[in-house]
Amino acid sequence: MDEEYDVIVLGTGLTECILSGLLSVDGKKVLHMDRNDYYGGDSASLNLTQLYRKFRPNQTPPADLGRDRDYAVDLIPKFIIASGELTKILVHTDVTRYLEFKQIAGSFVYRDGRISKVPSTELEAVKSPLMGLFEKRRAKKFFEFLQGWRDEDPVTHQGNAFVNSGINLDTDSMKAVYEKFGLEPGTQDFIGHAMALYLDDDYIDKPARPTYDRIVLYTSSMARYGKSPYIYPLYGLGELPQSFARLSAIYGGTYMLDKKIDEIITDADGKFVGVRSGTETVKAKQVIGDPSYFGAGAEVGDGGRLRVIEEKRVIRAICILKHPIPGTDGSDSVQIVIPQNQVNRRNGEYLDLQHTLIPDLELDIYIAMVSSTHNVCAKDVYVAIVSTIVETSKPELEIQPGLQLLGSIYEKFVTVSPLYMPLSTGEADNIFITRSYDATSHFETVVDDVKDVWGRVTGKDLVLKQRNPEEAEQQE
Amino acid sequence: MSKQFQFKLVLLGESAVGKSSLVLRFVKDQFDDYRESTIGAAFLTQTVTLDDQTIVKFEIWDTAGQERYKAPMYYRNANCAVVVYDITQASSLDKARTWIRELQRQADPSIVIALCGNKTDLTARRQITQEEAKKYADEEGLMWFETSAKTGEGVSEVFTAIAKKLPLSAPSSRTNAARGTAAARQGVDLNRQTTTQGSNEACNC
Repeated sequence: MDEEYDVIVLGTGLTECILSGLLSVDGKKVLHMDRNDYYGGDSASLNLTQLYRKFRPNQTPPADLGRDRDYAVDLIPKFIIASGELTKILVHTDVTRYLEFKQIAGSFVYRDGRISKVPSTELEAVKSPLMGLFEKRRAKKFFEFLQGWRDEDPVTHQGNAFVNSGINLDTDSMKAVYEKFGLEPGTQDFIGHAMALYLDDDYIDKPARPTYDRIVLYTSSMARYGKSPYIYPLYGLGELPQSFARLSAIYGGTYMLDKKIDEIITDADGKFVGVRSGTETVKAKQVIGDPSYFGAGAEVGDGGRLRVIEEKRVIRAICILKHPIPGTDGSDSVQIVIPQNQVNRRNGEYLDLQHTLIPDLELDIYIAMVSSTHNVCAKDVYVAIVSTIVETSKPELEIQPGLQLLGSIYEKFVTVSPLYMPLSTGEADNIFITRSYDATSHFETVVDDVKDVWGRVTGKDLVLKQRNPEEAEQQE
Repeated sequence: MSKQFQFKLVLLGESAVGKSSLVLRFVKDQFDDYRESTIGAAFLTQTVTLDDQTIVKFEIWDTAGQERYKAPMYYRNANCAVVVYDITQASSLDKARTWIRELQRQADPSIVIALCGNKTDLTARRQITQEEAKKYADEEGLMWFETSAKTGEGVSEVFTAIAKKLPLSAPSSRTNAARGTAAARQGVDLNRQTTTQGSNEACNC
């Protein structure tokens, strides 16, 4: 290990693997290490043996769950939004040749005590119980306005006859836009939470532009394949980091798994020198890694230096079911958004064991479910993950409204994970730390982090290059 | 019209036994004496035409230097494997045995495995006898060959023999075929250009 590298990458989560792949293609000499003997870190997908080893170390997986090798259970619940940035990276780097994707069958929202499909076509909208007759007309005008919007064409800013003055997406609040179209609070709720995918209502008083962008991302993704805005890789999300690791390896990246990282070595000025594993030391100009390699969770960071802080915590309950989620038309895969407004505790129906009222919560609960259609579990098994950002000291009670929608739960594995963020940009010490996987339902923030770290590591913007044309030719 | 089948073939074996050279000889009929560890081209395809005009297309996965730390993705849906050793390095056959055990454990049970002793051009330095390797291959039910990627001796024979042994009649052989071509996919194709961007978006209401 006495070679010197351009970049050492620690952890084989998706963020690190995309960076490792892109840096290798860019000609950097990369060493990629992981303390685990499998790829994927926090974004791995586990087989039954690995899953039970992690959550039930003293228990063997029950025989009626079927074959170990049929399972690839994700640790974080995310889907790929079809027209999003991750799709662009997958296509441009050509790692799609290692992967197969299927659609997620449905996108649902919880409203007035039941699950309803988020309407995606006019026909679905007409039948949707989410809106009354007049509200449907108003919503139609609203979507036509969004669809017709052109920054350079003021005529499109007028919206329609209901709107007297032009809308400015950059200065008008989203609240003002909703009001101009006269949309009811319930409609605002499903647009903001199930389509723009905001976790709370803070967006309403902010300029409308980001919300507009999010709704357009949702509807264009929806239009791309039809059933839902999401796609999903066969054999689980863990395939994604593996495919980028292969990209890196093909471009000369060196892989070392099952390698304990004992120390991040810095010089007198605190600048990165190398990493130590046992008695071996390997040097590089820069290091990139996930927070767990830089003191996350430790009392003080590595070498007494605090490099990452806990921002929030997320609770995720991986639930194994023997049936599809009730009320979803037997869908083989779904996302269900439960806007917090729909389940708030104002009536006091949720009491904890000491019969104290749980305070009102603000953040939405998500359910993501996949099944054997996606080659992640045995036939007739369904894997749902219920998650939310933790707001109280009793996180499991916070996801109760989500768990209740699942019907009987065969097995449940609950984690409460801190979300870490780096304290510095890394430009001063050449130590670049990625962020934990957040509570959003897709990978857009992961790609934001990739671009951000790329910019700081290389000093330039990320421009996606096509791979070697000779290989493209080989592929026909 | 002749039938065409596509299969995923994975290469396994210790570093420097000549895995990539073997493929380079098979696919491009080239050899490079000072070939560095695999960089840049670890996903090649080549077709073999059998006597009955059946066309077998191999999608060949090289380890890309990830010998020790292969991802499960590597074995996934592999129809056949070529496990390479170097006849001048006794330890390389031991390593080949390890890979074969791993294949038997991790890969699809119907996988066709060929054990291949490379570098017959260096026969003066031979450490692994034909008898020893053949005996092991017979015990494990593997196909066995010796090759020289340098001279080309025996190389195309390996792939032709594998093509003949693959289950060409089974209807599943097509659906089990490797990923990589849009035709072989059952799911969504990300490379498909969307025509529904911007103003053509379907109305969402």
